[in-house]
Amino acid sequence: MNNKKILFNGLFHENPTFVLLLGMCPTLAVTTGVIDALGMGLSTAFVLICSNIFISLLRKFIPDMVRIAAYVVIIASFVTIVKMLLEAYLPALSESLGMYIPLIVVNCIILGRAEAFASKNNVLSSVFDALGMGLGFTGALAIIATFREIIGVGTFCGIPLFGENFQGASIMIMAPGAFFTLGIILAVINIISVKKKGGDKDVC
Amino acid sequence: MFANLFALSVGAILIENFVLVQFMGICPFLGVSKKVETATGMGLAVIFVMACASVITYFVYMLLELLEIEYLQTIAFILVIAVLVQFVEMFLKKAVPTLYNSLGIYLPLITTNCAVLGVALLNVTKGLNLIGSLVYGTMAGVGFTLAIILLAGVRERLESSDIPDFLKGMPITLIAAGLLSVAFMGFSGLSF
Repeated sequence: MNNKKILFNGLFHENPTFVLLLGMCPTLAVTTGVIDALGMGLSTAFVLICSNIFISLLRKFIPDMVRIAAYVVIIASFVTIVKMLLEAYLPALSESLGMYIPLIVVNCIILGRAEAFASKNNVLSSVFDALGMGLGFTGALAIIATFREIIGVGTFCGIPLFGENFQGASIMIMAPGAFFTLGIILAVINIISVKKKGGDKDVC
Repeated sequence: MFANLFALSVGAILIENFVLVQFMGICPFLGVSKKVETATGMGLAVIFVMACASVITYFVYMLLELLEIEYLQTIAFILVIAVLVQFVEMFLKKAVPTLYNSLGIYLPLITTNCAVLGVALLNVTKGLNLIGSLVYGTMAGVGFTLAIILLAGVRERLESSDIPDFLKGMPITLIAAGLLSVAFMGFSGLSF
């Protein structure tokens, strides 16, 4: 597989959110607004890229027995760095994402890519894989957040779209709206996808 | 004291249900909720691990505070949880084989359940003491169990229903979960 293929694999064919159904917690929790969704997506992408690079570099040194523990330590270190950077430079975003930033550690996309890709491939391929997966995740979050924000409060990235008298359907920005939006998007993907296999997809 | 703990419990189970309101532990919630029986097993395992994790991370945080390295809490907590899950698995295998056999396959999955790390972090944010942490952790686990058993019940009924093809599988499950979440929103008016 060449690098371009690897990149687009994560963006479309194996989109972590819509196809693999990984990392569902942040997908549902922080998609009340587009800004939050982008912040979460890019933070996750950053951690994913860094951890993929390190795990790929260290793949020949980490003993098989303790590899999961080693991956978790590497991932947790980068998550701590991201948490501190956001607190220092983007305090508002850090406030609204709250405890979902430290929870990036247990996002199964990152551990999944470490185990399935970075531990078996060279650094350059791993970077492209992380870029594709990270941007695919960010894009998916942004799509969900766009629907929820526009229908729920009538704004896009905080900019009002429909004038002052618009009454948002506030259920969309509350917890049930997240389940409904993702359910409907997955149903639409089911309709569009020609090679639908049916049945449940595996969730981590 | 007891009134406080009661309010904390009701809050963790109903008002701020970990799964349906705070979106933690969605992966097992969607992944292991096909049958009521397996959902119950997963729920019990999670209650047990969350209760243990709450107590242990309380002491770990005390140690971190003593050494003034609180910023390492994420790394410390996830390592403690991973070790704890492994230890619980080994202990149950030796001491209570019957329980181990019924929970067995779900135990390793719990390490990546964000509800466990979430409850450890929330205990610190809320500034709970030892008993508070234990009660909050246990009750958060009970809330998770309640949600996953309810969804499993719905999904068992869905198996025999006539659903349009494009909604089969995940989409209808998510919509059912959304309706459950609407029901739990009704509790948000409760306050003590």
